[in-house]
Amino acid sequence: MSEKTHRLGMVVSGSLTKGLEVRLDGATSIEEMAVGRYVTITGGKRSFFGMVTDISLGVTDERIILSPPAPADRFTAEVLSGTGTFGTLHVLPMLTIGGDTGDLIEGPQPVKTVPAHFAEVRLASQQDMELVFGGEDANMFYIGTPLDMETRICLDLPELVKRSNGIFGKSGTGKTFLTRVLLIGMLQKSKAVSLVFDMASEYGWEGSSESKHGKVKGLKQLFPANVAVVTLDEESSKRRKVSADFVVKIGYDEIEPEDIALLRQTLNLTDIGVEGVYQLSRKFGRTWVQKTLEINPDELPEGLNIHESSLQNIQRGLATIQRLPFLVPRSTDNVVQRILEYLDRGINVVLEFGRYTDITAYILVANLLSRRIYDQYRAKTEKAIAEDSPPPHPLVITIEEAHRFLNPATSSQTIFGIIAREMRKYNVTLLIIDQRPSGIDEEVMSQLGTKITCLLDNEKDIDAVLAGVSGRNELKSVLAKLESKQQALIFGHAVPMPVVVKTREYGSAASYNEFASSSPAGPKKAGKDIEELWG
Amino acid sequence: MSELSRRVGEVIESSTIEFTAQCYELYRSPPLGSLVKTACDSVDLYLPTPLGEVKTAGDVVEQYGIVYNVATTSIEPGRRPIARGKDEATEADIYRSSPQIEKLLRTEFNAIAVGHRQDGKVLYYLPANPPRIHSFVYQCVPEEVAEFSGSFAFLPMLMNARLAVPIEEVASAALRQMSRQAEDPARFLVSAGKELAALLGSDFGRLKAVLGRIQQ
Repeated sequence: MSEKTHRLGMVVSGSLTKGLEVRLDGATSIEEMAVGRYVTITGGKRSFFGMVTDISLGVTDERIILSPPAPADRFTAEVLSGTGTFGTLHVLPMLTIGGDTGDLIEGPQPVKTVPAHFAEVRLASQQDMELVFGGEDANMFYIGTPLDMETRICLDLPELVKRSNGIFGKSGTGKTFLTRVLLIGMLQKSKAVSLVFDMASEYGWEGSSESKHGKVKGLKQLFPANVAVVTLDEESSKRRKVSADFVVKIGYDEIEPEDIALLRQTLNLTDIGVEGVYQLSRKFGRTWVQKTLEINPDELPEGLNIHESSLQNIQRGLATIQRLPFLVPRSTDNVVQRILEYLDRGINVVLEFGRYTDITAYILVANLLSRRIYDQYRAKTEKAIAEDSPPPHPLVITIEEAHRFLNPATSSQTIFGIIAREMRKYNVTLLIIDQRPSGIDEEVMSQLGTKITCLLDNEKDIDAVLAGVSGRNELKSVLAKLESKQQALIFGHAVPMPVVVKTREYGSAASYNEFASSSPAGPKKAGKDIEELWG
Repeated sequence: MSELSRRVGEVIESSTIEFTAQCYELYRSPPLGSLVKTACDSVDLYLPTPLGEVKTAGDVVEQYGIVYNVATTSIEPGRRPIARGKDEATEADIYRSSPQIEKLLRTEFNAIAVGHRQDGKVLYYLPANPPRIHSFVYQCVPEEVAEFSGSFAFLPMLMNARLAVPIEEVASAALRQMSRQAEDPARFLVSAGKELAALLGSDFGRLKAVLGRIQQ
């Protein structure tokens, strides 16, 4: 750390759990501080890396407040600033750098102690930031810059996709942009393939932007060779001049009772109705949907223990589904197989819903396809383990409106609940995008590896996102002070410590070029070299 | 300026924390708050030595003091001066027509010890021994004042002293004088103020009193 930044002050008190109090020097302007900034604290043997989580004003003598200097008395005010009156920063220590040789090789370590009294506190330098968040390389993907700094904050994407992740934020805070950036990152650096359930048709092809650019390019336009767009709504795709790779049609015979059970709320089914669905499917086998719709309620077939009203309830529900144009009595095409073929070739698949932005369609299709793809993945992974052959590409399934799938009532039934819990055993993980994280099952939230959250202002949502994170009270104040656009707090598995970033630009010609230029083949990571050297 | 030209008097009373000097000339005392110094050898050359031992001159210890009180009195304690100017036009005429007055009065000043210099280094704490009686007292030249006031480490000693004169007056007079030798007087006074603020953290009233007297 040769580069010395401006000295801010020194540590005067604190604890590991509650954070450190840093008294600012008289020369440091408190107005230039900001929550979410990083500082390095130089201890005796090692440096500490922390985040500013609160800023306050202090006085040594209460009488200064009682008889403050006259407004014209600049001299007294100047003398008192930094002596009788001073600013304090509340700093949450997060990492230690340096120290013994083990630490030097392994890089920044989670903090287990605090610096001594009067340790010097400085703004983190670019080098410190790079040491902590790593430079761009084959694995590290540039996601944004920290506040007021040029350093690139990078995410370790192969690490990221090993777990399920979440992107949260109020509507209009830039979740979609962030997701686009992250999808590109995964495409370029993680060796994982994505399956995106694109409810508003904004990832695959052109999407709209609130900024001056008006329209932003989709993944397929930037990486035509690596992305396939499939659509449920051919007409909409044609109108938007999207060159869809194929059109998804789903046969009634592909619908299973679990899919209907999940739609219980949207289809207004009763508990008994849901029971009946299972019975019907047992009785009629694969064609149960068709056959159930054909039953005349007055002539119940033999061997069914369903009340007439329940049957009508089920039939009404199924009729709602039947009206979805992409459902056909019998699909000639094996959609799942075709999607899997793309995924096997390492091609990312974006499924556009076109006009069918209705949540019923979204839940039905996402759940139905994911379950079957997951089954296939599971079989393949198990086979790979048995035969000691390479497992299939890791798969990341991106879903929006996640609280509809993963709320406490349904998360145990949907495939997404299972994926979120069982995680990476079968190489399938989730990327959850949601604006109402409090609606997601706590158990699922706790399993998310990395959470990226834009501004949230609902107390419940903030609590849900930060549940179980150390220093959550401090992070709360950081989260609540995020700007409403282009800023996000990232914490969890893929970053060594929570970090506020100004998200990388997306949507201008220059930004597209930059994405295209950061090709997957970057310089090898030093760690890997060491591994190879020493075995 | 030769060393002699700055010689202002001689120590006539001395203790660890302060000394009193008599000025060679009436009313020619260094002003309140000025930095003065005495110089004496660390080895006592005047006392007899055991047989055979040869005394060599030791290091010269210079003691710094800040003038906190100046007094002009009659040389005989019981004999008070009398008013003489009834028939004189000006005050100067009194001294001219009665030249003996200057011999019957004397000016003394008290200085509080604030540090010393040994081996060429300024040390902001008390020396081992107070100055001897008849040590010469010099008024410090501007360069020396600037050097001495390069650190505010003398302020604690000054502020903690118990003197007959209000210490806020002495300290502010000293700082005002020192600021004239500083490169940036305003900056100097702010820094001094900050030092005082740290020192008087628990006594905002005293701090305000000094600050009020040193601001420009």
